[in-house]
Amino acid sequence: MLEFKNVSYVASNADGEKEIIKNVSFEIDQKFTCLTGPNGGGKSTLAKLIMGIIKPTEGRIMFEGRDITQLSITERAKEGISFAFQQPVRFKGITVSDLINFAGERKLKMNEICEYLSEVGLCAREYVNREVNASLSGGELKRIEIATAMARGAKLSVFDEPEAGIDLWSFTNLIKVFEKLRDKMGGSLIVISHQERILNIADRIIVIADGKITEDGAPKEVMNKLFLAKNCKMLENGVKA
Amino acid sequence: MKEFSALEKQLLSTIADIESVPTGAYNIREDGRLKGRSTTENIDIVSKTDKSGIDIFIKPNTKNQRVDIPVIITKSGLNDLVYNDFYVGENADVLIVAGCGIHNPGCDTARHDGIHTFHVGKNAKVKYVEKHYGEGDGSGERILNPTTVVEIDEGGYLEMETVQIKGVDSTVRTTNAVLGKDATLIIREKIMTHGKQTAETHFTVDLNGENSGAHVISRSVAKDSSHQVYNSLVNGNNKCNGHTECDAIIMDNGTVSAIPRINANCVDATLIHEAAIGKIAGEQLVKLMSLGLTEKQAEEEIVNGFLK
Repeated sequence: MLEFKNVSYVASNADGEKEIIKNVSFEIDQKFTCLTGPNGGGKSTLAKLIMGIIKPTEGRIMFEGRDITQLSITERAKEGISFAFQQPVRFKGITVSDLINFAGERKLKMNEICEYLSEVGLCAREYVNREVNASLSGGELKRIEIATAMARGAKLSVFDEPEAGIDLWSFTNLIKVFEKLRDKMGGSLIVISHQERILNIADRIIVIADGKITEDGAPKEVMNKLFLAKNCKMLENGVKA
Repeated sequence: MKEFSALEKQLLSTIADIESVPTGAYNIREDGRLKGRSTTENIDIVSKTDKSGIDIFIKPNTKNQRVDIPVIITKSGLNDLVYNDFYVGENADVLIVAGCGIHNPGCDTARHDGIHTFHVGKNAKVKYVEKHYGEGDGSGERILNPTTVVEIDEGGYLEMETVQIKGVDSTVRTTNAVLGKDATLIIREKIMTHGKQTAETHFTVDLNGENSGAHVISRSVAKDSSHQVYNSLVNGNNKCNGHTECDAIIMDNGTVSAIPRINANCVDATLIHEAAIGKIAGEQLVKLMSLGLTEKQAEEEIVNGFLK
């Protein structure tokens, strides 16, 4: 469904250039794939490349057999890719229901909006007409972001660290939401996460470090390798495992 | 009063949501003359004898009633000046809908200067909505200069929602308010300018009464080469709360200056001012585009939401 063919991405700034993604190739057609790895390893950059927020310096991105490398964000959204931001965006004047209506590309009935909000543990009545602004906490915004992705119902939904900024109670519910999405939603999910409980419910885990794929496989297999690697590192450093 | 023509209906519906002759108290002014008027048992409207304009008397304890006093101009070259005074009795609770729509079909300037004075009685509650709009194929300018003078007695409450929808070439908007004990003033101003338009706002609020409070909130969008200036001055002259906020989006070559000022003249005055001006955040555009909107649609939705 989604294919990266020798994709590289070089970021430029005042200090010079840095290669963030280094000749990465993979195919994803599983229902639920997790991207994990150390901070700064290139996970979020990869997600932005999928959504078209940034374009590869080299290589091609295919979606359902079509080359989408040069497609804009809007065109990719129309193709069926959605993206939930790590830091949800705030708007003055745009309400929760506006955002969900945009996602659904129609004016949804109130009970439909409420259903999406209830799925992420928000009391719908209190939130429907609220502006998506600074009056909402980070956790609330995050849940609205997930509800929006659900309303979008895309063929491929990318979630960038959905657990960030969410409290423990919400996190437990978040796992349930993703299990439900995995089981009921028609499309595929790519979730960037550091959380073991999210990694455990995936069909596949891809580990990205230093801009490259270092592990790729079923959760048990990858988690074992990560566990061993972590212990070995600790032993090397003379710390008891 | 006869039914409205298509043009009248369009202007009235844009500025005051009026589709047909209102059922309550109203005074409709068209091209500098009275188009129609109706009064009710509790709301009287009387023409001034010394100058152009009306006095609106709202009896004490009048509840849940609405007064419409829209003005429309459909002729080029008309310069309309009007004085409207509102006397809102004690404990009244009313909605006053004003506004001015100009359709300028010619090459001469069409201008309306409305000077409104509100006397809000003890414990009275007023919501005042004023929308301004301009249109027309002619090259003549459309100018609107509203002046609002407000006096709020003890425990009185005035909420002003003033909107400049679009099409106004030049505006100078002046509001001067004096608040008594426990009085509250809330102003929500929304202004959109485009082309080479200019908009200037001057708010002066004197919080004279103990426990008086004012929130002056302005949201504006300056597109193309338009220019806006926001001036606000809140004087805390007693134990009071004052807040003034200007939030502006600039697009294309639009420019905005915000000059919020607060004076605490009493040690128990609590005053805050905020001002933020900037273009539409890139992340906001990206978010809406990721939901399938084009960049232009995303921009429109962000602006519409901001000015909603």
